[in-house]
Amino acid sequence: MPLSPELRRNMYRQMVRSRAFDDAMIGLYWVGKTPIFAFANGPLPGELHCSNGAEPVGAGVCAALDADDMITADHRPHHVAIARGVDLNAMTAELLGKKTGLSQGKGGHMHIYDTRVNFASSGIIAEGMGPAAGMALARRLQKRPGVALTFLGDGAANQGAFHEVLNLVGVMKLPFIAVVQDNEWGVSTSKKESTAVARNSDRASAYGMAGEYVDSNDADDIYLAAERALARARSGGGGTILELRTARLAGHFMGDQQAYIPEQMKQIDPNPLYRAKLIREGVLSEAEAAAIDAAATAEVAEAMRLAQEAPYPDPSEAFDHVFAGADA
Amino acid sequence: MSRILTMARAGREALDWEMERRDEIFVLGEDVYNFGGIFGTADGFGAKYGPERVINTPISETGFIGMAAGAAMAGMHPVIDLAYIDFIGVCYNVLLNTASKTHYMSAGQVKVPMTLMIGTGGGYNNAAQHSQCLHATVAHIPGVKVVYPSNAYDAKGMMHSALRDPNFVIYLTHKGTAGVGWMGTPLKTTLSEVPEEPYTVPFGKIAITREGSDITLIGLGMSVHECLKAADELAKDGISAQVVDLRSLAPLDRDGIFAAVKKTGRMIVTDEDYLSYGVSGEVIASVVERDPTVLRAAPVRICTPDIPIPFARSMEQAILPLAAKIADAARKMVK
Repeated sequence: MPLSPELRRNMYRQMVRSRAFDDAMIGLYWVGKTPIFAFANGPLPGELHCSNGAEPVGAGVCAALDADDMITADHRPHHVAIARGVDLNAMTAELLGKKTGLSQGKGGHMHIYDTRVNFASSGIIAEGMGPAAGMALARRLQKRPGVALTFLGDGAANQGAFHEVLNLVGVMKLPFIAVVQDNEWGVSTSKKESTAVARNSDRASAYGMAGEYVDSNDADDIYLAAERALARARSGGGGTILELRTARLAGHFMGDQQAYIPEQMKQIDPNPLYRAKLIREGVLSEAEAAAIDAAATAEVAEAMRLAQEAPYPDPSEAFDHVFAGADA
Repeated sequence: MSRILTMARAGREALDWEMERRDEIFVLGEDVYNFGGIFGTADGFGAKYGPERVINTPISETGFIGMAAGAAMAGMHPVIDLAYIDFIGVCYNVLLNTASKTHYMSAGQVKVPMTLMIGTGGGYNNAAQHSQCLHATVAHIPGVKVVYPSNAYDAKGMMHSALRDPNFVIYLTHKGTAGVGWMGTPLKTTLSEVPEEPYTVPFGKIAITREGSDITLIGLGMSVHECLKAADELAKDGISAQVVDLRSLAPLDRDGIFAAVKKTGRMIVTDEDYLSYGVSGEVIASVVERDPTVLRAAPVRICTPDIPIPFARSMEQAILPLAAKIADAARKMVK
């Protein structure tokens, strides 16, 4: 699909939906956590890894996908899930640990599953690699279409699973894309400190696949690169390491003050830039942009209201779903 | 019609039968195409089913077992040959965090039907990194079914059950029981009459392998056969030993264990896995938690001690839970 005005407006819409979601979650996260911070306190407990700054990745890649394509994401899944069309109300309820959540309160924010849109995530770094490649293999064996994508951080590119699976993808020529989100940090360790090459996309040559680096954190550029990788995968050309420079504006997780980030490495918020670009290029008027912003805020507020009113799961439900039934 | 088969042939027969009828089943692992797996469970499958369904992998257990989990999530039923359980260290995350927990964490949205075949155990001088049992290490994970046939009849029935189960099943075989050439002549007690037609053996049910009234000897995998040898010895001394084969670690048949022990009032648990934090303690707990008064004597464990498995025959044979040790302990207990 060409980069049409409608497609760009939709990417902007997904970016602001994701941001509205994360901002609302951050607001709720601090309820009950001041003056004394503890993960377990408040209506939104546990760790929370927000996607602020990475919205163009979710919006740009997901805009290029078909319904048959499959995604595994990582511990920072919101921007990908939202752009993919994961049910926002059920996802919001899941973050709050409610019965109406995607996983009925058993998953929380790192474990987002919505089979309706072929979406799964894992909290273990690089653990989306094998399952995504296996999904691609399954589709090949089933003679059904579909490319599998895994979204991971640049820090995850130093996990053994990353390399083992890329080699397997290369050997089997699977329709697979590793979307490496280069936000320059693995918790508090910089890419420079942790990674022997400047670009993980350069590692593709070791696995007989394509590698592409997108330096802009701009949804248009990301969309076009994703289209190239998807076309390669769909035509039997094998896998791609698609590395995208992006940003991590809200720290590794809530409570991370990011004091370790030097002034010259401060990252830029991509959302206002894309908004201004679309207005400048006549894709959106200021009023249309404001309407998209307001609609996203309202949608998230409604999801939050529903989630807050929903019941918690009964404690006895902790024992459900350990195994699938024999008749299932 | 039934024939006498080895465990490896019996398990292979079940897998073949299911693969012939169900396109979602495929085999992957190291050397499955040319070798048919290290225990011959997929012997000849490469030629029969082709490289699409019998997938030779590189030596990348994290990678290909992770892929198996993803294929299972996408509607397939992979059967993986991991050869030795000593190798779970290189793929443990997939077992621990993905295959076992995805159904739960998705509240049943995503199923992970996959069967992981692994060989366990020593006794053939392969030293500390190729002789371990480690079944407790996998049975400890919630969300995994762990089964452990010790004879050909169960090997076939449990393979059918595993392949029809919508969950992640670890199917263990003690290398010494499998009946593969490089382990020498198969133990007689591992061979059994195996019907040609398919049948299932349910998970979570012990088998009373030998009836007896004075003492209950409990084992799993190879140690069942050591218990049977010990029972033969004890019979010569006029001691009637009942032998229990656990067959399934998760689920564990706590009711069956309790009933078997209650019958004799004496229990010895044998296990080739390490003594501490393992199956032996769990089995004893399932009796004494319910009613310690059924025991006429303190329970005894005959297990591999908490040391790495030594190489030299003199040392390895001394630390294994062999029949002579079991019989000695039983004589002391019954006296």
